[in-house]
Amino acid sequence: MSAILECYNLNKKFGSKHALKDINLSLERGRIIGLLGPNGSGKTTLIKLANDLLTPSSGEILIDGKKPGIETKKQVAYLPEKTYLNNWMKVYQVIEFFDDFYENFKSEKAYDMLKRLSIDPKERLKNLSKGTKEKVQLILVMSRDADLYLLDEPIGGVDPAARDYILDTIISNYSSHATVIISTHLISDVEKILDDVIFIKEGQNVLSSSVDKIRDEMGKSVDSLFREVFKC
Amino acid sequence: MPWDLKSDRPIYIQLIEEIQLRIFSGEYPPGSKLPSVRDIAQEASVNPNTMQRALSKLEEDGLVITHRTSGRTITEDVEMIKRAKNKLAVQQIIAFIEKMQQMGFEKKETLALINKMLEEMEI
Repeated sequence: MSAILECYNLNKKFGSKHALKDINLSLERGRIIGLLGPNGSGKTTLIKLANDLLTPSSGEILIDGKKPGIETKKQVAYLPEKTYLNNWMKVYQVIEFFDDFYENFKSEKAYDMLKRLSIDPKERLKNLSKGTKEKVQLILVMSRDADLYLLDEPIGGVDPAARDYILDTIISNYSSHATVIISTHLISDVEKILDDVIFIKEGQNVLSSSVDKIRDEMGKSVDSLFREVFKC
Repeated sequence: MPWDLKSDRPIYIQLIEEIQLRIFSGEYPPGSKLPSVRDIAQEASVNPNTMQRALSKLEEDGLVITHRTSGRTITEDVEMIKRAKNKLAVQQIIAFIEKMQQMGFEKKETLALINKMLEEMEI
């Protein structure tokens, strides 16, 4: 099957700061991939480029063979690091909004997940805790039948039990035509569900490998390898 | 029974070992149907591709059989299960004996100690 995300000599500069340097990647469909790196290494920049929120300084990024734009946004479900939902809205209103906006949004799926996490659809967003708001946002993203899920720090702000539920949700939504990219630094939590990992250090792709290969060849977990590569 | 996965070894190998154990212990009896890859992956909280890989290996070894339309079952070949079980037992015993040798135990001492322990533990 064709690659869902490709990068060719991708560069992004902010003034004199070189945020991404010559990134070359080709990611297949049907994988769960960890995008790992310390703070400020360029993870979010890469995800924003894939969503057409930033444009490359040079090089190319392609989603399913196309440049990011209106067409690719139909295929990509994006969870940003910050919330963008309107606080005055009630949870069910946000769901209706998404249902109107995206052809591939499945309301039943969203309500089902809200129920499992005991979130009241009639609650206003401003009355929800930070963690609960993050859960709602992830539910919205995972309720789309997309080809590429880009999750920027999906588990950072939630408690360990909800973290497990979120990872379970990612596994149970798995489909062979879709790829999930999870950016995080909570590696030990996500390690079990990942196929592959990409290490980004100071804007450069320093390692792309499968999780089992790392364990097989180096006899250590991705978490401990990360600690070595990014030792301060 | 929970899936206890260690962090320093490949996950699919640990999954293979765990499923083998479940077959040997009778938790997955001969001829019984296995849950779908998706369900069993979710139960173990692992990636479905990794579970698929583990099941493919078990299939290669003959312990698991894939049917074109009706999913996977454990083999009905009880003899084969027994052979695989014995093989695993032999590996465990070799590892144990090597460890005992490292500690300086003679064969006879090791054996005497095992017998004594078996009596005391009343297994």
